[in-house]
Amino acid sequence: MNDYTKIIKNGLWNNNQALVALLGLCPLLAVTNNIVNAIGLGLATTFVLVASNISVSIFRHQISKEIRIPIFVLLIASFVTIVELLMQSYFYDLYLILGIFVPLIVTNCAILGRAEAFASKNTWGKSALDGLMMGVGFSIVLIALGAMRELIGSGTLFDQSALLLGDLGNTLSVTVFENYQGTLLAILPPGAFIGLGLIVAMKNRYDLRGIKS
Amino acid sequence: MMAPIFSSTSWMMRQVIYALALGVMAAYYFFGWGVFLQITLGVVAAIVVESAFLALRGRDVISSISDGSAVLSAILLAISIPSIAPWWVIIVGVSFAIIFGKQLYGGLGNNPFNPAMLGYVFLLISYPLQMSTWQVDFLSLSQALDVIFDLSNIDVISGATKLDEVKNGLPLSGSIQQLDPHSISQAWINAGFLLGGLYLLLRKVIFWHIPASFLAGVVISSMLLWVSNTDLYLPTQNHLMLGGTMLGAFFIATDPVSASTTPKGRIIYGFLIGVLIVIIRAFGGYPDGIAFAVLLINMTVPLIDRLTQPKVFGQ
Repeated sequence: MNDYTKIIKNGLWNNNQALVALLGLCPLLAVTNNIVNAIGLGLATTFVLVASNISVSIFRHQISKEIRIPIFVLLIASFVTIVELLMQSYFYDLYLILGIFVPLIVTNCAILGRAEAFASKNTWGKSALDGLMMGVGFSIVLIALGAMRELIGSGTLFDQSALLLGDLGNTLSVTVFENYQGTLLAILPPGAFIGLGLIVAMKNRYDLRGIKS
Repeated sequence: MMAPIFSSTSWMMRQVIYALALGVMAAYYFFGWGVFLQITLGVVAAIVVESAFLALRGRDVISSISDGSAVLSAILLAISIPSIAPWWVIIVGVSFAIIFGKQLYGGLGNNPFNPAMLGYVFLLISYPLQMSTWQVDFLSLSQALDVIFDLSNIDVISGATKLDEVKNGLPLSGSIQQLDPHSISQAWINAGFLLGGLYLLLRKVIFWHIPASFLAGVVISSMLLWVSNTDLYLPTQNHLMLGGTMLGAFFIATDPVSASTTPKGRIIYGFLIGVLIVIIRAFGGYPDGIAFAVLLINMTVPLIDRLTQPKVFGQ
């Protein structure tokens, strides 16, 4: 049991792929200009992580060591294709907004990293949990950054979430500041870098609390 | 990073603030009380934000705040933005400059970028509308208060700057001469900053290298462009007397923390900024490019310093 709580803690906090490993930053920085995009990409990434971790773990004895990376990429790419087709048929508008970043999930180092570092050495149950927790940890950072940038950048939260959640999204969408003129920088790439830097700094500050320098 | 030749930081900062007076008076003469309101708002915001952040970092607030660097950054930013910008623009800009431009790097002396210009670029990118609306008339104190704090809906005759007009008018008219690229107010303000800058040189607060090479960069590159096509590019004297050229040459590029520190390096640093300003004005998306040029060349300062390090005697 101890193993499992450790996996959960690692995925969500101690080895958070976005905040500690700093992997997968390209989609993280590029699509987090609002919450909906962040949730969409977070869900897609989490699904691919879980599926690729399970399949890599199941075939870990059959995959020969020399060519394991191409095979991992092949497995990951298959799941990304599935996600892409699913999004195209069910969330077409969101798919258009996320654009190239859905197929680019293949190149997300966090996914290949977990396949190599965890799934190729552990049972499929543990790998599934690891994939889920890493994905959720990654998604939480995506959503936090998306919320921060959307709030500062345009003064709204869950704007356009009807794209993902249908009618529920329309009720979720709130305008926090009325007559807010927007701070464009937060929505542009610099806002992503500054925002991520602040989140990483806050995490480190929290981890280092009580430790005297 | 701080050059050790200055007797004290606060003395130096005070001299720079005195030297700004002429240019600020010229701006007041043409634009009215908005200029002083922006400076007041900026200075108050700078002192509050800097004190709060110093306290948060556990530093001695009084000794750090009295070096005057935060106040100087605030004044530089306040005179760079339109004097009818809403009150929150300068406050947000100064806060960004102090927090992200200075304190997060570890305070004065550790910042790689000029804080005032970082604040300016932040404002320019974030609030393009407020940052490009300049008024045309002199505003009395009550008018300026009305506009800046949005008390009543008075109309101020506003327009774009000359550099803006040139940038946007050129594709239509096809010739610089038809646009009349002269502006009396900007020429006087630039002259004010030029005189203030000469005072700083006289008091040996700044070195001649940066302003001289900066202006040489502007002159040489603008002349080359102008000779290549007199219809498309601004004449050199307009480059010198429009926008923030003099303010940039004597007050902004000379920031001792973020500028190059070797004599040869200062010449390269200033020259590159001057050239880049002309390039941005001629080909860039924004009408003026002082802030972008200064920040971009700030980035190259570690390299410039490394390449121009004087040889130790005897080696």
